[in-house]
Order: sequence, then structure tokens, then C-alpha cells
Amino acid sequence: MRGSEILERMADSRSEDVAVIGNTDLSAADPHNNTMTEEGVPLLKTMEISVSEAEKRTGKNAVSMQEVYTVYLIETRPVNTISEGLSAAPDSLWRRYSEFELLRNYLLVTFPYIVVPPLPEKRAEFVWHKLSADNMDPDFVERRRIGLENFLLRVASHSVLSKDKIFYLFLTQDDGWKDVVYDTGFQAKADSRLKALNATFRVKHPDKRYTELKHYSDELHSVISQLLRVRAKVADRLYGVYKVHGNYGRVFSEWSAIEREMGDGLQSAGHHMDAYAASVDDILEEEEHYADQLKEYLYYSEALRAVCRKHELIQYELEMAAQDLVSKKQQREELATGTVRTFSLKGMTSKLFGQETPEQREAKLKILEQQIVEGEELVKTSNAECDEYVRNAWVDIDRFKEQKNQDLKEALISYAVMQISMCKKGIQVWNNAKECFSKMSH
Amino acid sequence: MESESTSSSAPVNGNLAQTVDDLSKHMLELDEDDDLEVFSKDAMLTDASTFSASMPASPASMINQYKHEDQDIKDVFITVDCPENHVTSIETFVTYRVITKTTRSEFDSSEYEVRRRYQDFLWLKGKLEEAHPTLIINPLPEKFVMKGMMERFNDDFIETRRKALHKFVNRIADHPILSFNEDFKVFLTAQAWELASHKKQGPGLLSRMGETVRAVAASVRGVQNRPEEFTAMNDYVETFSQKMGMLDKIAQRIVKEQKEYLEGMKECGPVYTLWSGSEDQLVEPLKAIAGCIDNCCKVTEEQVAGLSENQVPILHEYVLCAETLKAVLRRRDNIQAEYESKVDALASKKAEKENLKHTDLSFVFGGFLGKNTEEAKHQKQQRLDCEMKELKEEIGRLEDKLECANSTLKVDWERWKRNMQADVRSAFVDMADTNMNYYEKCLAIWESFLTSQKTEVHVEKDTDS
Repeated sequence: MRGSEILERMADSRSEDVAVIGNTDLSAADPHNNTMTEEGVPLLKTMEISVSEAEKRTGKNAVSMQEVYTVYLIETRPVNTISEGLSAAPDSLWRRYSEFELLRNYLLVTFPYIVVPPLPEKRAEFVWHKLSADNMDPDFVERRRIGLENFLLRVASHSVLSKDKIFYLFLTQDDGWKDVVYDTGFQAKADSRLKALNATFRVKHPDKRYTELKHYSDELHSVISQLLRVRAKVADRLYGVYKVHGNYGRVFSEWSAIEREMGDGLQSAGHHMDAYAASVDDILEEEEHYADQLKEYLYYSEALRAVCRKHELIQYELEMAAQDLVSKKQQREELATGTVRTFSLKGMTSKLFGQETPEQREAKLKILEQQIVEGEELVKTSNAECDEYVRNAWVDIDRFKEQKNQDLKEALISYAVMQISMCKKGIQVWNNAKECFSKMSH
Repeated sequence: MESESTSSSAPVNGNLAQTVDDLSKHMLELDEDDDLEVFSKDAMLTDASTFSASMPASPASMINQYKHEDQDIKDVFITVDCPENHVTSIETFVTYRVITKTTRSEFDSSEYEVRRRYQDFLWLKGKLEEAHPTLIINPLPEKFVMKGMMERFNDDFIETRRKALHKFVNRIADHPILSFNEDFKVFLTAQAWELASHKKQGPGLLSRMGETVRAVAASVRGVQNRPEEFTAMNDYVETFSQKMGMLDKIAQRIVKEQKEYLEGMKECGPVYTLWSGSEDQLVEPLKAIAGCIDNCCKVTEEQVAGLSENQVPILHEYVLCAETLKAVLRRRDNIQAEYESKVDALASKKAEKENLKHTDLSFVFGGFLGKNTEEAKHQKQQRLDCEMKELKEEIGRLEDKLECANSTLKVDWERWKRNMQADVRSAFVDMADTNMNYYEKCLAIWESFLTSQKTEVHVEKDTDS
């Protein structure tokens, strides 16, 4: 209950009270504070958020070198002011990509059981020849702007994430936000957690659901990567086909100069060929949007995998604690009864070098008892933590699955709509060209 | 042209203003036999078998007939098909079956079936060019393909070649002059051994060499006063050739790019299918998309085939045509150059004769040879007179030849242009149709996907409520 009280306070208060922020620290260590059971309205319902612009800035970086970077304008406006007809100017502040990354890392550590929405890609991947992989390219920046807005909207519409104070401050506090984030001390946890995630460990009794989920996230990642690769190749080819037709336009125009009867038909057909060649730019821009939708779920699959791995980690820690407890209990038994059940170095040395004195034994037993009590406590909390995690995570995973199915289905439909639009344009152009060709001769 | 070697009985022609009427009359009266003087004004062939009975006698109506050839009754139908491999101890080659159906009386039968190989077509073209240097003859498909010898026996290559050969002979059959050529008749009707022996006839090696030497000399000399319209034709052909070359390349490039696009698309469907294996709710739309993409691939294959088979060969043919046109214009120029050289020769002989009267050089000659100077002069004069007479006759002949060449070229040029426009128009209209068809089919595929997904949505809504 304690956790939810804190969160209520967070949602109500708009002050930048550091004490409140300090409390969020507890939420990282204590999974009790989840708001899943809480009735809450996601932030997005009360606030309009957008990333409306991008600008280039120059400045000195950490090593005092001049650098050029892009900043994005985040605009927020309380929804009720709009509905009341008061056109209040939105609040706004500028943030760069690295700050978004910081926010996300904070969320990842603070809410390990949530499938945290991904950011748009750091570097342009799966490019085909037209797009430059340059982060300064205006098309890339524009698509990143859209991706960042999408990220914020996803977080703001999440029933748990949207209530986070740091997130709220990210949207509203211009100065010193970074310090506030660092003050939560999440980075210390981040290091240990992330290290643990990368380490290889084996869980003795894996939760089948999570194993399946992990496999699914791997498959999703692999298949979307393949799709993006193939799609980039196809986009490149399509570009080639359309653009070569532009040559028809040029040659028709030159040829029409020497033809009396055919000249007009050739000339006008040439214009349609030029239009056809130019139309591919719009087509591929739309297709890029589809690719971005796929990319989002490519990175979502990574987030999903992280949740599974965190679960494995917790499970592993639980198993370790349980194992440790068992071995300690065994040691106590051996010490108490004097029998050596299992091989231990101590047992051997005592055999070789003689038994301990009863006082030594008593001391050891006492320590062991203490350790066992602590161990039992640890197992209990670990168990609870694990159960809690599983419960919370599974709720969000279900939510994620729903969202994914809906989003991807919409993406597939919009892909079909795009294809239809492309076909209709093609029919029109070739129909026009055919009319011009038909007028040649006779 | 055999007219060089035969004696001409035509008088030196002071009347250069041949009407087109007369000349076209001559053209229509051409006998297939090359030995006959072709351009004699006096020849009035009464051999009724030369032309069909339906042809009216007056020159005017004959011209009309030539100009409105589109309305002519086509009386020779040829098909080229059934390519077959022939293997001999020396070589392997492909023969094509040539079937001719005709109602023309000069053909003994109404139907012929023979087998011809590429070399035979090449021979025919050569003979036609010899006989009619300024008629525009459809080009043959290329002799060799750069890529490699085995290409010769590749099915697509043979099919493309067959189509081009079919077009080649039919164009000749449609031509009001060429279709009556004797060699053409032999080509269509003779059995293999007959053709071989016929090929061996004709002008001997020496006279053909003489022909070539004269042609080279003429082309080296160049033409002095080319009429404006032929210069315009030359300019046109230069530009046309360039543009056609580019269009040919563009068309081939498009096919290549589209093929590569198709290869890429083919990889997409399987990925969607693979994906559907991991999903539960999304299985149906993913599989549907995979299906759509696969169907689009099939449609794309059809489109690529359509372009390759119809549009690309026509453009390529006209690239070759441009070379034919250049050759025709060159030959015309050569005829004119030859004529001009004879005119110049005559002028210089005249000048020589004039000089003879006034100079005493002959004295030097005569003194050298120990002859009477007067006698020497007289002999020389006589010689010059003789030469001049011969030259004048030749000039007359060449003048006729030139006039004829010019007018046949002009008329055939118009004919060629009409055909070219029709061909080009049809090639590009076909291309537009192929592409429209492609997009229409793809549109239907994607629209069916949308409708299938919408019904899914409806079903879901029903189960919810």
C-alpha cells in the first residue's frame, strides 16, 4: 500500500519536490508499487504532447570539441484548456536524442517488467541507396522526429509509465532535468542489472511461458530484420525501374524534333514518362513509413526479450538463494550430527587435521543458524519478488501483444493501401501515355 | 546492277525531266529477270505474267496503286516457323520452315514449303540490295550475338530470330517492287539443291569486284551537288539512328531492372510466410500478404515477358533499320558521284579536244614518234571523239539511273516512314497496354486483400458483441 500512496502523491503533485522523486527510487527496489491495480488515467488523456520541430545546434561537447547536433521541440498542452476553447500557447522545450536515450534507460531500469517502447534508430539502418545514412540528412531527421513523438505518445498512454515523475519532468522541466534523473541513482542499478543480463546463466526450472516468449522475441527480431533487408533491396530496384523511364521522356523530346507527324504525340508521351519517373519519390517515402512501423517492432522485440531476461535473472537469483539455503541447512545438519553427507573440504580437513572443539562447533552453528534465517528471509522475498514480477510482467506482456497485433495488422493494411495507390497511379500514367502514343501517325 | 555490263541502246537523253509517272510505270513493269535492261524507257513488257491482270494500264493509276498500297490486295502470305537443328559433319545450324501461299499467276503453285537457314536470308537480302540499291529493305536480325556461341542455339534467341525473319520476308512480300524480284521467288519456292545452284549463278566474281571498286571510288570521290532533300534525309537518319539506339538501350535496361525487382520481390513472400509461423492472431493477414506478393510476382513475370517479346525487338529492329537507311543513302550518293565523275570526265575530254586545236604539243608527240603532226592530231581527235561519244552514252545511262534511284528512294522513303510510324506507334501502345495490364492485375490482388481483411474485422466485432 505504501507504494501506491507515493504514486498518488506523484500524480497529484506538480511540484518539483525532490523528496517525491527520491521516493520513486523505492519503486525500483520494491515491485509492490505497481499501478496495475490502481485506477489511473494515462497522462496522454490529460495532456497533448507533440514533437513538432527539429533544429540544428552547435556547441561544445564533454571533451570541449565543437559539435553539431539536432534538438527537437517538445510541446505540451493540458487537454482541458483546449476543450474549454481557451487556445493556450503550448509549453515547450528542446531536447536532443541523447536525452531521450537517458529517459528510456531510466524507464528500463525503473520498470523492468514493462515492455518499454523503443526509440527510433540511433543510426540509419536497412538503407537503400537513395537515403543517406547520415544523421544530419533532413529526411532522416524528419523521420526521427516522428519516431520520437511516437515514443513519447506511447509512454504517455501507458498506464504505468505515464505516471512516472521523471517522464513528466522530461516533458515539462527545461533546466536541470538531467541532474534530477541522475539523482535517482538509477544508473547504479542500471550497471548491475545490465551486466547481469549480459552474463550467461542457466535457470534450472525455467518458466515455460517466458521461454516461449523469449523464443518468440528472437523469431520476431530475425524475421523483421530479414523483411527490412529484402524490402530495402526491392525499394532500390523499384527506384531504378521508375527512374529509367525518365530517359524515355528526354529521348522522346529530342526525337520529336525531327518527326513531323509523330512529334506531338512523342512530346506529350515524354511528359508522362517524366511524371512516371518522378512519382517513385512519393511512393518510396510512403513505403519508408511502413518500414519505420516494422522497425519499431524490431526494437520492441528487443524490449520484450529484455523483460524475459530480467525474469530469468530474478528466477536465477531465487534459485541461487534457495540453493544456498539448502546447502546451509545441510551444513548445519552435518555439523549438528557430525556426519558428513556430502564431500566438503572442511570435512576432509577436519578428518585430516582433527575435529574442532565443541566451542568452535557451537560458534559455527550459531553463524549458520543466523545465515539460515537470513537465507529463508531472502528466499521468501525473492519468491515474492518473482511472483510479483511474473504477475506484473504478464499483464504488460498481454497488453503489448494486443497492441502489437493491432498495430501490425494496421501496418499490413496500410501497406496494401499503398500498393493500391501505386497501382492506380501507374494505370493513370500509362493510360495517358497510351493516348499520346495512339495519336502518333494516322 | 547488271545494267553496267549490257550494252545500252538508249540514246543520250537530253530530256532530263522524266516524269514520276513514266518512272513508276517502269518500276511496275520490272521483269524478274535481271539481265533485262531495267531502266530502258523503250521497254514495254507485254508479258502478262509480270503483273496481275487487275493492274490498270495507265501510268497515273499505276502510281495511285503504288501510293495506296495499303489498300492493295495482299496476295502473298508467308510464315516462318518450326526451327530445327541440323547437324552435319562440318557444322550445326538451324533451319526454319518457310511456307508461302499465293494467288499470283507467276508462281507455278499456290503453296510452297521449303526449309531455309539464316545464310539463305542473308543471301536474299544481298541480292535484293544489288537489284534495288535505293530501296529500303527491312533489316535482318543480327548475325552474331556477342555473348557467346552457345547463344545461337538458345530457345529465346531462336524464337526472337524466327520472328524477325518472319517479319523480314513479309515486308518484302508487301513491297510493290521487291515482292516481284526473281531471287525472292526462288527463295520462296526452290528446294535446297535448287537454291544452291541458283546461288552459284549470277555475276561472276570479277564483275562483282569491278562493281565494288567503282563503288569505293565513287564514295571516295564524294558527291558534289547533293539535292537538298537527300541532305535532309541524311540529317534525319543521323538523329533517328542516335535516338533509336538510346531507346533500344532504355527498353532493355527497363527489362533488366524489372527482372531484378522481381527477384527481390520473390524473396518477400517467403519471409511473411515464415513470420506467420511465429504468430497467432496475425497468421491470417501475414499469409494473405505473402499470397498477394507471390501473385504479384507472377504478374510481373508476365509483364517482363510482354516487354521483351514485343517492344524490345521492334526498337532493336529500327536501330538496324537506321543502318540500312544510311547504306541506302550512301548508295544513292555513289550513283550520283559516279554520274558526276563521268560528267567531269566528259568536260575534261572536251577541254582536251579544244586544246588540241590550239596547241602544238602534238608536234612534240609526233616528232617523238616520227609521225606527221597533222596525222597525229587527227588521230588524237578521233580518239577523243570516240571516247566522248562513249562517255555521253554512259552519262545518259547514269543520268537515268540516278533519276530512277532518286525517285524510287523518295517514294520508298515515304513508305518506310509510314511503316516506321505504324510500328513505333504499335510498339509503344503495346508497352502502355502491357504496363496497364500489369498494374490492373496487381490492383485487383491488393484490393482483394483489403476486402478479406475487412471481413476479418467484421467477424471480430460480431464475436465481441
